[in-house]
Amino acid sequence: MSDPHVQGISTRPRDVDRTPPGEDADDIIVCRGVHKWFGELHVLTGIDITVKYGEVLVIAGPSGSGKSTFIRTINRLEEHQRGDIIVDGIELSNDIRNIAAIRSEIGMVFQSFNLFPHLTVLQNVTLGPIRVRKVRREQAEEQAMLLLNRVGIPEQALKYPAQLSGGQQQRVAIARALAMQPKIMLFDEPTSALDPEMISEVLDVMRELAESGMTMLCVTHEMGFAKAAADRMVFFDAGNIVEQGPPEQIFENPQHDRTKLFLSQILTH
Amino acid sequence: MSARPPGVTTPIEPSEIRPPSSEVGAMGWLRHNLFNSKSSGIATIVVGLVVALAAWKLLEWAIFDARTGVITTNMRLFLVGLYPQDEIYRVWVTMLTLSVMTGLTAGRMRSGAVRMMAIMLAAGQVAIAFLAIVSGMGFVGAAAMVANAVLLLMAMTAAKRWPLSRRWMLLGWAVTAIAATLLLQGLGESSLLPGVSTNVWGGLLLTMLLSTAGIALSFPFGVALAVGRRSHLPVIRLLSTVFIEVIRAVPLITILFMAALMFPLFLPEGIRVENVFRAIGGITIFSAAYVAENVRGGLQAIPRGQVEAAQAIGLRSWQTNLYIVLPQALRITIPANVGLFISLLKDTTLVAIIGLLELLGIGRAVLAQPEWIGASFEVYLFVAAIFFVLSYTLSQASYRLEKELGIGER
Repeated sequence: MSDPHVQGISTRPRDVDRTPPGEDADDIIVCRGVHKWFGELHVLTGIDITVKYGEVLVIAGPSGSGKSTFIRTINRLEEHQRGDIIVDGIELSNDIRNIAAIRSEIGMVFQSFNLFPHLTVLQNVTLGPIRVRKVRREQAEEQAMLLLNRVGIPEQALKYPAQLSGGQQQRVAIARALAMQPKIMLFDEPTSALDPEMISEVLDVMRELAESGMTMLCVTHEMGFAKAAADRMVFFDAGNIVEQGPPEQIFENPQHDRTKLFLSQILTH
Repeated sequence: MSARPPGVTTPIEPSEIRPPSSEVGAMGWLRHNLFNSKSSGIATIVVGLVVALAAWKLLEWAIFDARTGVITTNMRLFLVGLYPQDEIYRVWVTMLTLSVMTGLTAGRMRSGAVRMMAIMLAAGQVAIAFLAIVSGMGFVGAAAMVANAVLLLMAMTAAKRWPLSRRWMLLGWAVTAIAATLLLQGLGESSLLPGVSTNVWGGLLLTMLLSTAGIALSFPFGVALAVGRRSHLPVIRLLSTVFIEVIRAVPLITILFMAALMFPLFLPEGIRVENVFRAIGGITIFSAAYVAENVRGGLQAIPRGQVEAAQAIGLRSWQTNLYIVLPQALRITIPANVGLFISLLKDTTLVAIIGLLELLGIGRAVLAQPEWIGASFEVYLFVAAIFFVLSYTLSQASYRLEKELGIGER
């Protein structure tokens, strides 16, 4: 995709304080001691992690281990109560401008697609660019068609989401997120709601995206995808990271008991 | 064909074997719907006899006994109330602007429901022209009504090809609303447009005015209240909630009384709001509270994921409401809101208690004339027929609207 600044569109609000990045200018996400409670329930117990530009993370772990909640704190769909999250030098605080700035750099894909059912595929993809980034409609539609081509369904542009298969809907959701020209993509179990034969069409798009250098955080149980595309696997249990490393190392030589158990269960089938 | 392996039968074209004659055609329909079993057959015959007898009696009455004169003699009262005869052209002119605007609107919208309403407005005016002629009200008004209907259809056709922008349409409607009010009400003492007190507006004119104004004003107001009730700002939430709950806890008659009798006491000296406008205000706030609760139900039905997806692409909260949540919520609430508007239409008859004579009120006034005592069946049947046509049009339009908007349904 072309550089947005060349087209005269600034994706980046200028009035946001950018704290100097941590120790390393390559870090795009820095989390330090992130805690989160749902009422009495302590769901994130002090997460420390940094993600570099262009890195692809696969986050795995048993259900209820906090992995979805964790990626949802990164674009403030969930509020964290303690610790720091810094995205591309912007601190995630209660300041609404900071939240808006961070959201404009992050695209998100949900388990249940969450397409807007009253809008066509094309309108789903162009809504953000037109309303948030104030792109002209013709230009937004042109760009949306490029993205729909990229995810392989340009011919569905004028249909409504309900007329598409699950795999096609999820690819539209990816195109919708990409239309905001994000630097980071979050995937929250993108294939869990899909029929088996539709999983691969979504994973293909995700792999292409990973190869193009996008920074990605994927919560998924697709271990084939993890082996093929991930730079790093992160294993969650009970609200924290228990083990992380290159996928080969995690698969062949898991250290933590919980990881061993999880992998043995998920890989026996 | 001949080379089929054994055991494989020749496929039959679906059309080759017809269903048994008892399943299709008129016989099949009768058997399924009217004579499905012994008891349903008996019920069909009994109900059929009763209906036929009633229809026969009604026809007999309509032909031999009905005093249709009560309708035709008082047609002007039924249509416009006591609106002065010399000024009646203003009603025609108002209808003209309304017709043209409706045509332009219906033409540019790709909605069959809206077109249906527009065509019904045209048909209604032709029907009124017919009633005016058979009542001997003169041909000028009738000709004006027919001309309005033709202009409406022409405007609709023209707007299909050359649609005006949304901004112009909104401006047009705002100007029409103000112009119509000024025209109908006149300008006080001036000789060009002498004032016509709203107290003499009546009949179908008043019914239509109260109900369209009530619907047009209470809908946006109600939507705003529903959104306000879910606001994260406590003051707005509290005000909306209190308003909705208080209004819903009070009968419409009470609100109309308050609007007619108490509201003027709060106004500063010298400022008067005409009775009709107070009634519109009362109907509006009453209806808005119910619209708000309908819409709130629709808002609650929108999954949380929709809001999250909107936030994730960076929409602000008002944008999320405007572009994502409200369109879906309003669509869900169409049936409930149309039901509400139909009952609003019929509730306009309650303004009789504050001295306004809408269609039903005129009917009662007509029946109070000594020469028409005892003609109540004719009058009430006529009034009921008009209310039926209006309500049924609304309900059919809403079915169409639901179907049209169902395209993108989950």
